[in-house]
Amino acid sequence: MSVRMPALIVKLKAKVQAENLVEFDSVDFSYNTAPILRNLNIAFPKGKVVAIMGGSGSGKTTLLRLIGGQLKPQNGSVRFDGKTVGDMSHADLYAARRRMGMLFQFGALFTDLSVFENVAFPMREHLELPEPMIRDLVLMKLHAVGLRGAHALKPAELSGGMARRVALARAIALDPNLIMYDEPFTGLDPISMAVIANLIKRLNTALGATSIVVTHDVKESFRIVDYVCFLSRGEIVAQGTPEQMRTSDEPYVRQFVDGQMDGPVHFHYAAGEYGDDLGMGG
Amino acid sequence: MFSALVRGIRLIGRLTVDGIWRLGAATRFMAIVLLRSSTTFRRPRLLVDEVFFAGTLSLIIIVVSGLFVGLVLGLQGYETLKRYGSAEAVGTLVALSLVRELGPVVSALLFASRAGSAITAEIGIMKSTEQLSAMEMMAVDPFSRVLAPMFWGGFLSMPLLAAIFSAMGVFGGYLITVVVIGVDPGAFWSQMQSNVDLRHDILNGVIKSIVFGAAVTAIAVFEGYDAPPTAEGVSHAVTRTVVTSALAVLALDFVLTAFMFTGV
Repeated sequence: MSVRMPALIVKLKAKVQAENLVEFDSVDFSYNTAPILRNLNIAFPKGKVVAIMGGSGSGKTTLLRLIGGQLKPQNGSVRFDGKTVGDMSHADLYAARRRMGMLFQFGALFTDLSVFENVAFPMREHLELPEPMIRDLVLMKLHAVGLRGAHALKPAELSGGMARRVALARAIALDPNLIMYDEPFTGLDPISMAVIANLIKRLNTALGATSIVVTHDVKESFRIVDYVCFLSRGEIVAQGTPEQMRTSDEPYVRQFVDGQMDGPVHFHYAAGEYGDDLGMGG
Repeated sequence: MFSALVRGIRLIGRLTVDGIWRLGAATRFMAIVLLRSSTTFRRPRLLVDEVFFAGTLSLIIIVVSGLFVGLVLGLQGYETLKRYGSAEAVGTLVALSLVRELGPVVSALLFASRAGSAITAEIGIMKSTEQLSAMEMMAVDPFSRVLAPMFWGGFLSMPLLAAIFSAMGVFGGYLITVVVIGVDPGAFWSQMQSNVDLRHDILNGVIKSIVFGAAVTAIAVFEGYDAPPTAEGVSHAVTRTVVTSALAVLALDFVLTAFMFTGV
């Protein structure tokens, strides 16, 4: 029995890993001496849409950069499909990135290329396909985000919402297993927000992918995600389904969901006595 | 008094350490650019685009400046040589001044302000708008795809631009001395032909322009990549490119001239 137990544990662990596409295991990360993530443990199940929420500076974008291997944790490990990202060679990391798509906060479109060329870019770089096939694939991706008719435009001619949709078409160009969204709703009007939210859900289902959405937007994200995880000062303060978060008593979640001005996240930046600053102190 | 002295020494120390650190970072950066250059030569289209960006778009300023420098050299040279009764040697003076010094140096200074600043600005803006990060996340290496082609594009363009500058300068000298002033065209060309040596003068000038091209483009690419991702950061990086390139060109010119033409 004592011999068989470790084998059983290994088997169970492998099964859990197989169900998760991305796993953070006791991850610490800091910029110089400022800690950003502390002992973070989180898993992203395959096929699900997970929202990471939290105030500015809570470590949300850092989390995406750790998954993409653009940053390395000081302690702990980040695993993508069972392999530790920090231990990958340059070639392995780039092979893993081919299975990831990322939507940047403001699109990060190549400004000297047209919409068509932006979406075609990853295909031309990685796939040796004949030009007519690339054309068809690009138009299909653009059709999926509703912008087939805008293929000849330059990024400067697009609205914020359209640029985000083009960037989304580019992010899914190689049919990734993992799609990461960095603040996809920032600066968008309500219609564009709803469009992007629906696209995130639809594309995740259509591609059979896993999505991680870093966002501040409660309304749109709760509508489309399977799980929500709240980060504060680099630690998870609450996680669960959107319904569980709506009814949560956790003060941080309540402040975030209800949009309260003061709470665990203070309205005022740390300062001395107000009266002293105004020269009215005793 | 004592504390001011300590502060001064600290400042000098910090600037020295920062300077050495930056030089090390730049060397490491250029080593990576060179090591990841194979894509540039496997995909000539990337190189052609960058030669167009750095070279072809700099043509107007090079051609016009070369012409005017030649016109001025012709006038000044003629006025001086006339006093010694050797006005026919003006062709030699114009050609030697251009191929040995003015061609490589002035075209490198113009190249730094036109193409170098554009390279820094483009890379800096790509960085600040996360285009380079986006490329990395698409599993496309920005060093291979953007930085190395830009370096080699500038490196190859510079000697060609210096040659065009010198050619336009000689043409300018011909225009002012032969066509306008009336110096004998046969003397102008034959003196030039017999006194300008292919290896000693022209080849050394070409070597200078190659060295200047490498220095200016390396500075431009590094400053762009190293720029803080803000409007102010990119603006300062562009300024640093122009200033550092100009100083590097002048310093390198002194060193190269000392070795090439004075037998140091």
